[in-house]
Amino acid sequence: MTKEIKLYGHGLKEDDLKRVILIEDKPSAKYSWSAGTAMSRFLLELKEGRIIGRKCNKCGRILIPPRMYCEVCFRPTDEWIYVRDIGRITTAVVSYISADRARLEKPEVVGVIEFEDAPGSGIFHRLNIKPEDVINRSAFGMKVKAVWKPKEQRNGSITDIEYFEPVKE
Amino acid sequence: MKTNLNIKNRVAIVGAGLTLFRRRMLDTPKELAWGAVKMALESAGLDIKDVEAVVIGSAPDAFDGVHMKGEYLSDGSGGIGKPTMRVYVGGGTGVFTPIAGWWHVASGLFDVVIAVAEEKMSPAQPHPQYVFKHIWDPIIERPLGLNLIWIFAMEMHRYMYRYNIKKEDVALVSVKNKANALDHPAAQAAGKITVDDVLKSEILVWPVQRLDISPVSDGAAAIVMVSEKIARRLTDSPVWVEGVGWALDSTHWTNRDLSYPKYLEVAARMAYKMANIENPRKEIDVAEVYDPFDYKELHHMEGLMLARKGEAPILTKEGITQRDGDLPINPSGGLLGVGNPIAAAGLMKVAEIFWQLRYEAGKRQVKKPVYTGLAQAWGDLMQVGTVIIMRGG
Repeated sequence: MTKEIKLYGHGLKEDDLKRVILIEDKPSAKYSWSAGTAMSRFLLELKEGRIIGRKCNKCGRILIPPRMYCEVCFRPTDEWIYVRDIGRITTAVVSYISADRARLEKPEVVGVIEFEDAPGSGIFHRLNIKPEDVINRSAFGMKVKAVWKPKEQRNGSITDIEYFEPVKE
Repeated sequence: MKTNLNIKNRVAIVGAGLTLFRRRMLDTPKELAWGAVKMALESAGLDIKDVEAVVIGSAPDAFDGVHMKGEYLSDGSGGIGKPTMRVYVGGGTGVFTPIAGWWHVASGLFDVVIAVAEEKMSPAQPHPQYVFKHIWDPIIERPLGLNLIWIFAMEMHRYMYRYNIKKEDVALVSVKNKANALDHPAAQAAGKITVDDVLKSEILVWPVQRLDISPVSDGAAAIVMVSEKIARRLTDSPVWVEGVGWALDSTHWTNRDLSYPKYLEVAARMAYKMANIENPRKEIDVAEVYDPFDYKELHHMEGLMLARKGEAPILTKEGITQRDGDLPINPSGGLLGVGNPIAAAGLMKVAEIFWQLRYEAGKRQVKKPVYTGLAQAWGDLMQVGTVIIMRGG
């Protein structure tokens, strides 16, 4: 199929993109998700300022986010294990846009934190570090600790942790 | 030696069709599917009456705002009154669609099957990025306001950090693919750009900049897949599907090292085994690997074992992946150059390998002789790999 062939289709011009009749239809789609048997405990522990995982005694992994099954060994996990709220950054990025692609006034830094006490288990969260440290890659491997909301403001959500920030080695 | 597979029919691709890829098309999804299928049938010398079954591929319903996308697309796809189904594995759908078409024919159930993929991303307002909000874990991730470019930026940065890769080396992929697309009749984002243009483009989520990403697109692609006896009747130059592979990893993407797509290696090994390929770097003559972002081409070359870990940027810098190189990658122009109507983009890659192996790619034809080609797609939460291997007749 060469360049000369004429393909089907009618591309619109840039101006045409604005000439639309927008049908606004807001479905009242609200959900009450079950957090699940493992994650419910995790959320309740967040409220207490603690991080908990599930350990599989066969492969030895501590799973965070916790699961009642080990997806690798495909067997029930064995026990609850508290881990310190300390980890290392495995990846980090600086966002200059919002979810719907609008420019942000203040860039936001987010990344993945792998818990010191649970190798291989990381979670996604906000990072209170300088964008420069992400761009110059010094953020990788940086030791960080959770900064918690005051106890009375916690409600058993991942946002009970405000963000992670660097701690001295 | 072939893998121990009891395959009833050898499967050939005998025709391919595409529509234009554009930011927004006037045409409806049904019309786009129709345009691609009509061209595929004409190029195969077949009529819709000859088609026994149809496999439709389309990514999230939420782009169109129409649920039951498969059912909705059935008439434009030529699927009414026939065994018609839709498959979906996120961005991996475009290559999974012909994989499903393959088993329709390989099983002996059907002799003539259409695989068609369509996507219109443009209806979603204010921006299709917003639709992706609904793919994250609702309990532990969504409250943090994740967006799609964030996770790919996190994967890209991890990969760059792990192998000490510079941004300018990644940008070379975008430069190559956009230039390749200048010779593609469907292309939406072709152009002569420089590494400097990429590095100076708008920073979206560091390290991702605007010219690191494929555009938002509408479009459709289709192929005709037939059993050996039909293929021999229709053409002297069938393209055989010799291997297929697919694999999924968990949605717990924060529990794996993002620097290497292990699930893609699993999919590739399955396809290589079926196609009796022992050394992919030597035996694959041309490949279309999934490139929604420039780093993904490099990442996927490594997952496909077409390059060693961390080696893909070096091969790119040395010009090996250019059309006149020893291992041409994305001679079509890829998603970065031709455009990225999700499922249709993956099937466009399969169509490109079809044309390459028949020496019908015109100015896009790679310089070296080609006998074995590969197309690959990827998607969901950085967790799915789909691979197809084809050989010329």
